[in-house]
Amino acid sequence: MSDAPATWRPATEETPLVRRLLIAAVLVVLALLLFAPLVAVFYEALRKGWWQAIATLAKPEALSAIRLTVTVAAIAVPLNAVFGVAAAWFITKYDFRGKAVLLTLIDLPFSVSPVVVGLCVVLTFGANTWVGGLMVNAGYPIVFALPGIVLASMIVTFPFVARELIPVMVEQGRAEEEAALTLGASGWRTFRTVTLPNIRWALLYGVLLCNARAMGEFGAVAVVSGKIRGQTATMPITIEMLYNEYLSVAAFTLAAVLALLGFLTLGLKTFLEIRHADALAASRRH
Amino acid sequence: MGKPFIHRSPIPGLGISAGITITLLSLVVLLPIGALLVTGALAGPERLWTEVNTTRIWASLWLSFRLSFLAAVFNLVFGVALAWVLGRYRFPGRRLIDAAVDLPFALPTAVAGIALTALYAPNGAFGALAKDLGFKIAYTPSGILIALVFVGLPFVVRTVQPVIDEIEREVEEASATLGASRFHTIRHVVLPMLAPAALTGFALSLARAVGEYGSVIFIAGNLPMKTEIAPLLIVIKLEEFNYEGATAIGIAMLVISFALLLLINAIQVWSRRRIGYV
Repeated sequence: MSDAPATWRPATEETPLVRRLLIAAVLVVLALLLFAPLVAVFYEALRKGWWQAIATLAKPEALSAIRLTVTVAAIAVPLNAVFGVAAAWFITKYDFRGKAVLLTLIDLPFSVSPVVVGLCVVLTFGANTWVGGLMVNAGYPIVFALPGIVLASMIVTFPFVARELIPVMVEQGRAEEEAALTLGASGWRTFRTVTLPNIRWALLYGVLLCNARAMGEFGAVAVVSGKIRGQTATMPITIEMLYNEYLSVAAFTLAAVLALLGFLTLGLKTFLEIRHADALAASRRH
Repeated sequence: MGKPFIHRSPIPGLGISAGITITLLSLVVLLPIGALLVTGALAGPERLWTEVNTTRIWASLWLSFRLSFLAAVFNLVFGVALAWVLGRYRFPGRRLIDAAVDLPFALPTAVAGIALTALYAPNGAFGALAKDLGFKIAYTPSGILIALVFVGLPFVVRTVQPVIDEIEREVEEASATLGASRFHTIRHVVLPMLAPAALTGFALSLARAVGEYGSVIFIAGNLPMKTEIAPLLIVIKLEEFNYEGATAIGIAMLVISFALLLLINAIQVWSRRRIGYV
């Protein structure tokens, strides 16, 4: 019809005005809440210039914090990756009773406050417990030392890999593995040459998230670390100590390093979501 | 004979995968959480109750829960709007925004905490603005609310997004051809489809906020009875070596977490029954 309006709009779309208002509202909130804090981190870190920032990173306190954080992640993340693969194999390749309970227990750490996680570690292995006391007497304390920090980090990141792998392996089914076995491959070889290539991107995705959280964990580690400078202070804990001492540039410089790690994680994660969408769990594809 | 406990399977690796799973799960999750419950049981319910039953602890639990609920409500509304904008509209920077939604997951909570404080403290960029207008954000409950909104932001977006992608446009077209206004269609056709996922995200965001510590303690000011959150009280009790006091609050928070977990499961069961997917 000739008198149809020039700007024709499908009935399943909002009016341009509504659309623009919604987009604007969303962007304003995100700017205030997400982007401004990020800018603030780098602004505060670089307030006294690049050299100041770099100099604070070269201080022994910062270096030992970085070393400790990397050590903790280097132990906790591989252990959780092994757990994740084993748990996903166990849950998706066999039929047994109590699977739902097992899944709930694996997810449990996500619904417990990090501080409660730290408390649990103290109550299990603290110096006043049986095991903790023995270890302290033997000269290897668990709480207020590396093992406690690793354990606390492991608990808070425990579900990440398993959670990512299980849906992917459910979707892939068992037929490929069964075929390989019928053709005479050993169980290990089947896993290495059939399963692993199928799940590698999902595994990497889970490991990425697990690592980001392990390196950035604050609440659980704060409880078990004891905050001994140069010994049990991870990067987030050191940030807190510096901040409370009004050493703002130093605190924000370390924070900026962790923020860069966060960017890297987000970047890789987004890359995987775009590039290897079909190898990730269905809910990750967008 | 009932069902066998485990079905025979030709796939090898049962022993090793079950072994690793159960050993690590027991050591890393069950033993520590068990220790909390055993400590609580040894102290006895009366002792726990006297530890929890102080005005300071009730004030902190009430503060934590109230602000977490408000933050989750904000995230529910904003999350659905954001998911809709990301799913339906095309505008420059959409991909970047989509990726940035996960920022609160990727950014360590201590970093978020000091960054928000730097902005919203009276000498910060937004805080100074608020001061001129006559109110204070950081070191008040509003500051805590901002931190809780920040950490809970991604949950609703990420639960709702896949559902928006799956909505058949035909349903909306049908509604429109039957004469419904766009608003009516959204209100009565689209939103009911999003409700279960949105509520799941709401509960996840609530659960996260109740237990949140790192991003809050910097901006909270931590004044007893006013801006002291429940997780902080656990830390304070532990610093006083009052393990029973810490256990009592820990168990109270665990009960809240489990209640929320049950709520999430109930929502999912209900939605599966109603629509067939989550």
